[in-house]
Amino acid sequence: MADQLFGPSDPAADAGYRDPPARKGFFTDTSICIGCKACEVACKEWNAVPADGGMALTGNSYDNTVGLGASTWRHVAFIEQRAPETASVDLGMPAMTLPGAQTPADGRQPFRWLMESDVCKHCTRAGCLDVCPTGALFRTEFGTVVVQDDICNGCGYCIPACPYGVIERRDGPPGDPAVGIAQKCTLCYDRLKGDLEPACAKACPTKSIQFGDLEELHQRARERVDVLAAAGETNAQLYGHDPDDGVGGTGAFFLLLDRPEVYGLPPDPVVPTRHLPMMWRRAAVAAVGLLAGAAAAFAGERRR
Amino acid sequence: MTAPGKRSGRRRREPTMVPDAEFSSYYGRPVVKPSPWQADIPAYLFLGGLAGGSSLLAAGADLTGNPAMRGPTRITALAAILASLVALVHDLGRPARFHHMMRVMKPTSPMSVGTWILTAYGPLAGVAAVAEARDLLPERLDEGVVGRLLPVAGRAAGIGAALLGPAVASYTAVLLTDTATPSWHDARGELPFVFVGSAASAAAGMAMLATPVAHAGPARRLAVAGSVFELAMSRRMESSMGLSAEPMHQGRAGRYLTAARVLTGAGALLAAWPARRGRAMSRIGGAALLAGSAATRFGIFHAGQQSARDPRYTVVPQRERLDRSTQPSR
Repeated sequence: MADQLFGPSDPAADAGYRDPPARKGFFTDTSICIGCKACEVACKEWNAVPADGGMALTGNSYDNTVGLGASTWRHVAFIEQRAPETASVDLGMPAMTLPGAQTPADGRQPFRWLMESDVCKHCTRAGCLDVCPTGALFRTEFGTVVVQDDICNGCGYCIPACPYGVIERRDGPPGDPAVGIAQKCTLCYDRLKGDLEPACAKACPTKSIQFGDLEELHQRARERVDVLAAAGETNAQLYGHDPDDGVGGTGAFFLLLDRPEVYGLPPDPVVPTRHLPMMWRRAAVAAVGLLAGAAAAFAGERRR
Repeated sequence: MTAPGKRSGRRRREPTMVPDAEFSSYYGRPVVKPSPWQADIPAYLFLGGLAGGSSLLAAGADLTGNPAMRGPTRITALAAILASLVALVHDLGRPARFHHMMRVMKPTSPMSVGTWILTAYGPLAGVAAVAEARDLLPERLDEGVVGRLLPVAGRAAGIGAALLGPAVASYTAVLLTDTATPSWHDARGELPFVFVGSAASAAAGMAMLATPVAHAGPARRLAVAGSVFELAMSRRMESSMGLSAEPMHQGRAGRYLTAARVLTGAGALLAAWPARRGRAMSRIGGAALLAGSAATRFGIFHAGQQSARDPRYTVVPQRERLDRSTQPSR
């Protein structure tokens, strides 16, 4: 059973599809993200995702959608931080004043702005899918994970089961057909069915979001890391590409310029179901123990 | 080394080799999401344990000819399982679709497994409880086939319920631990034992409340054993959990779990001796045990919720694990 719950796998074939198409995914290259949020907008438009809360400003750089959730299926993170010691690629970020106009040269600190468009990872070993008690969450022929809105009864179990905190139950606005139902990125399952690329990738003006066959994307990503290293950006690292990680690798993977947790991503996620056989064993032992304990409590009681 | 991102956490100081002093997060925002569950779910954890444990006591009472305890425990089992079904349906985002749970049977989903356990257990607990209504039958029926069949059906169903009761009480631990919620997942080794201990003490407490002292001996013994076992396993669980044991001592979870220890301990002490002497002591002890079991479930539930809301419990252990596996040993 353990092999069926953990480790590398071809998820579509594993789910029983015969001759499935190549596994599809996203390669999100954060080194060329400009934080335009076209992906967030395109996603909302195509998938008819309602507004997420009010129009409040968080003060967290340019991020006002806070994180992935029921009504935010693409989320652009903005991190302002001191630049690392290694020389980085000059992205030519705009400033409000003439650079150096107010600070003397020796008082200036090298600064950088990281942007990352986050999305559901479409895990090889998907915690949400494993624990769904209704079969509403299913594995598509493209190897992605999708919720069927007409099946989900809003039990909420998928939400704590996701090691990335992606999926969420929609709680508004009133009248929205998906209120009370678990919601997340579908990797535009409907567009894939029609041979179209997902809306976010289509809208991305810098090709920071690339869609395609996962294997080809892996190849492209490795080349990109080498190019960046040659240009002096030695901190570039891939996240989610490794089939030997805790979720068997992800369908949506990333090129990051800092540690995952800086972007709000778990550094070493593991699908909870990895330990499920052990958990069931313990529960069985505990149940037998309770039965034995209760029997012992009646020891010496005369049968009347 | 890259420059640090936004820092959060209680202590702010320069980076050191102590890994949990400081960690990176995205504006201190949670990494994993807390479950959307409300009080329905911890209430259900308590009621499921109460029902499962009561079915055990009921079957034992039935087989040892102890109708004074059999009656109230059978009725408790049915009432608790009905109330827990109400709680489970009420907690759904779409309650009208509760029956979608029965579309599939999935061993990877503890909730699916639980659905089928409850589906089998509920009717058995129901028949066992209905058999207690024999006294209400008109004399003619009571002397006829119905009157003769009821005790037989009640015994058979009651034994079935007693065999499934422990599963009702222990699967709920897997329901919580099969998540990415740090304080639940990290408790996976011991939580089923804590939960069956808690179920035993709740059911025994209820039986002490509702049964005359002379007939509640087995309940008192189960109360002491269940409570001691629960307290010991809780202790062991917390010491094995590492960082994610912290929320169990903080805030709401901390208050519930402190109350649980006091109530369960007091209930066990009363059950051990004074409850034998008088109905009042038996009732006080029983009530303490019931409240203690409920407090345990609410405490564990809130510890998980709290651990999911703070990125430290997700990031710090994962970062440590990653650094151990990627850094050559010094």
